[in-house]
Amino acid sequence: MTENELIWRLAGGSGDGIDSTSQNFAKVLMRSGLHVFTHRHYPSRIRGGHTYAEIRSKATPVRSRGDGYNFLLALGDSFARSPDEEAYYGNEEVKPLVENLDDLRDGGIIVYDEGLIDIDDVDSVLETSLEALAAEHDWHVYPLDLRDIATEHGREVMRNTAGVGATAALISLDLDPIEALMSDSMSGDALEANLTILQAAYDQVRDEHEIDHDVVLPEGTHEEAPVLLSGSHGVAYGALDAGCRFISGYPMTPWTEVFTILSQHLPEYGGVSEQVEDEIAAAGMAIGASHAGVKAMSGSSGGGFALMSELLGTAEMTETPVVFVEAMRGGPSTGMPTKPEQGDLDHVLYSSQGDSNRIVFAPGTIEECYEQTRRAFELAYEYQLPAIVVIDQKLSGEYRTVPDSVFTESAPDPDPGTVLTEEEIEDAAHHASGSYLRFQYDADDGVVPRTLPGQKGGRFLTTGNEHNPAGHISEDPENRRRQVDRRRAKQEAIRETLDETGTHQTRYGTEDARYGILVWGSQQSTVFEAVDRLNETDDSVSALGVSEMMPFPESDVADFLESVEEAVVVEMNSGGQFRGLVQRELGAYGDRLYSLLKYDGNPFEPAEVVDGVRAVITDDPSVAPPTTRLEPTKATNSR
Amino acid sequence: MSAFNAIGADQEVDTDAFTPGVEPRATWCPGCGDFAVLKTLKQAMVERGKNPDEVLLVTGIGCSGKLSSYFESYGFHSIHGRSLPVARAATLANPDLEVVAAGGDGDGYGIGGNHFTHTARENHDMTYIVFNNEIFGLTKGQTSPTSPKGHKSKTQPSGSAKNPIRPLEWGLNAGATYIARTAAVNPRQATEILVEAMDHDGFAHVDFLTQCPTWNKDAKQYVPYIDVQDSEDFEFDVHDRDDAAQMMREADTRLHEGEILTGRFFVEEGRPSYSEEKRQTGQMPDEPIVEQYFDENAEWKPSSDLLDRHR
Repeated sequence: MTENELIWRLAGGSGDGIDSTSQNFAKVLMRSGLHVFTHRHYPSRIRGGHTYAEIRSKATPVRSRGDGYNFLLALGDSFARSPDEEAYYGNEEVKPLVENLDDLRDGGIIVYDEGLIDIDDVDSVLETSLEALAAEHDWHVYPLDLRDIATEHGREVMRNTAGVGATAALISLDLDPIEALMSDSMSGDALEANLTILQAAYDQVRDEHEIDHDVVLPEGTHEEAPVLLSGSHGVAYGALDAGCRFISGYPMTPWTEVFTILSQHLPEYGGVSEQVEDEIAAAGMAIGASHAGVKAMSGSSGGGFALMSELLGTAEMTETPVVFVEAMRGGPSTGMPTKPEQGDLDHVLYSSQGDSNRIVFAPGTIEECYEQTRRAFELAYEYQLPAIVVIDQKLSGEYRTVPDSVFTESAPDPDPGTVLTEEEIEDAAHHASGSYLRFQYDADDGVVPRTLPGQKGGRFLTTGNEHNPAGHISEDPENRRRQVDRRRAKQEAIRETLDETGTHQTRYGTEDARYGILVWGSQQSTVFEAVDRLNETDDSVSALGVSEMMPFPESDVADFLESVEEAVVVEMNSGGQFRGLVQRELGAYGDRLYSLLKYDGNPFEPAEVVDGVRAVITDDPSVAPPTTRLEPTKATNSR
Repeated sequence: MSAFNAIGADQEVDTDAFTPGVEPRATWCPGCGDFAVLKTLKQAMVERGKNPDEVLLVTGIGCSGKLSSYFESYGFHSIHGRSLPVARAATLANPDLEVVAAGGDGDGYGIGGNHFTHTARENHDMTYIVFNNEIFGLTKGQTSPTSPKGHKSKTQPSGSAKNPIRPLEWGLNAGATYIARTAAVNPRQATEILVEAMDHDGFAHVDFLTQCPTWNKDAKQYVPYIDVQDSEDFEFDVHDRDDAAQMMREADTRLHEGEILTGRFFVEEGRPSYSEEKRQTGQMPDEPIVEQYFDENAEWKPSSDLLDRHR
């Protein structure tokens, strides 16, 4: 907690360029030798509505958001102003300032655009004065007319640049890396104007304000070359390196990010991207492309993924390999389109009629997004079944510095999996009439190699109906049993492969800990940060981040739970779906599993996990944060 | 060198080559129009010199979906209404395949109607055969999207209050570039039309009237049929969109009155197929995408080539 860090929050109106400005600033901080982590908060609107982006930076790797922040740049909401005299939006234009004060740490900095934000309005909304609050919290307030600086040297939209210049002056950040970055992305008059504005704001702060705060830029250097990217990039780049050359999709937040990245790059990688009429078509097309031999991906978020359900089962029944991404957001129904939630675990595990037979991975970090997407392709194409990579709006959209070696260490792997060549087809078992026996009973690990349309001598029928070894529809009980058993055998084979070649669970914290935290997906890093804090005091805590949802890593989870006395399952939903999965798979430990749940649209902050776990350790539920719900153990499900 | 040597193979085949050993005999009801689709499709394949290993037949669900069980080729019997997405993706993965999708009127014009619209719009190089029997057969005789207004069934006991779909005009408006209607009672014309449809570079929509003697009409009710190209009563330019629209409207109206007009209703030459469009605009490689997985010399560009933008 004592390590110096800058947590810079840029607040303004949705549509004011908050995202691009913050990403550029994050890159500047990265280039200055710091590790950075970004968090976005935005409403489901294109224009208007209050939004902010937060960048946490320090000399050592950053895993998650911090608790609160220490630098506010409040731009004012330019879209909040109504052209009518009767301002429809009321006092909305002051929100970027007044709505962000709760989390601002004592001693923090406030820069606000007095060109847009009227201090009298601020005080009347606050029902006290900003000055009084600042005195109380030791906040250092720097009002600046950013709009005026921007319009004097360029255009009003460039006030973000003025804000960045002011920030640099206040934290003693050199302007060179900012100017270099601007030169990368702009040219001509726009570049000139922005450079002038940057300098003017910098100078104005230096000339007109006495800098008397303690917030300073941390100093650091990178041991490995860093890149700044998001979980969506991790998934997309993992797909590219797995040899994925086909993607089909329909826009839906937040899945659109993965879809967009792959759509932009697939053609230059010799592949194809298809935006189609609906998610049913998207799923069907990925299956069709894969059936014809191309490694294919589709995906969506909860609602769109629901439309893919029936075809997901078709991929299982026809044994067509395919990879789906499910980028979760708050549900049910339209839910909260731009907010993260982990409410779709049951949905991705069991969606579609019949017993499910698929791979489900829930990566917890950007690195894991990359690795597990590659693994999902590898296993899907080896074992001929669908694999789902489930992420959420938090992981898909947060940018963080990661070492570039994550992406450079292993070469692309375009292996099409268990597919015969025409030469091999000649020696393979055929029906007397010449068609290939695609669904023979006796097969290692349940997998019969595929042939592909157009291959000589490989023709076969596949169907979503139950079928016999030749792929023709059959309702014979003996055949049914043997085919179901063969397909199910893949689950055990995949489990063994994972256990032998390396599982995707991550253990973190004290060995021989008394208390455990079980976590899955995007909350992993936040939990690990909480573990550090708990162990800094006298607590003895260890965490297990679980990524393999199906086939379930029984021994990894059971061993972990055996090693602790009590464990808290931390997840962003209201039903405790992962705790349910653990109990379903292990049939035990109900008497030592608590649930710490959060479902208000915001991801856990480390302090909330710390307090939630302390509530269990001290047996005092009142310590649990009010933004969460702590569920007790279920004594009836014990070992 | 291709990894798909069945495609374009110089091989003499007869219709028996398209008869599967597993289920050589179709089990549709006696007198069913579906037999004619099977027979004429086999004949058309032979006439086009195709072999079973270069054909991908994707079917939906219903009596019509059983076509892939009785037709020897690569077959994908998909689910209700979803044959077109599966089929059209295969044309992108491997444009040299002969891709045919088939399903019933409920499958194509009802549950799969959105896919019909958009597959036609995109003009994929493939053939879509709709078995139009104006009824749901396999589920025992419910009113379908092409059933005439007033049609009574167990699920519409007082008669359908809906006007039927007009499939030909729908295909035209959506963007299909070859649109024909044929009938099971006229196998000679059906074979010719299927040959033309498969030859056509673009989305060919064949509305195939297949009588359902069990739940709807028997073959007699589709006779006499009139070929609009042969009849002197109809003068229209099959390449003219407006003429075609008018002729289609006429044909569907008369169908509901019991008069059967068949033939080619619209043919647009020269519009590039979807694969061609994508290739011309740099969105798809010239070589079939699937070949690179079997090409030892293929270069697999790593994702790390993209990292500069993140530094």
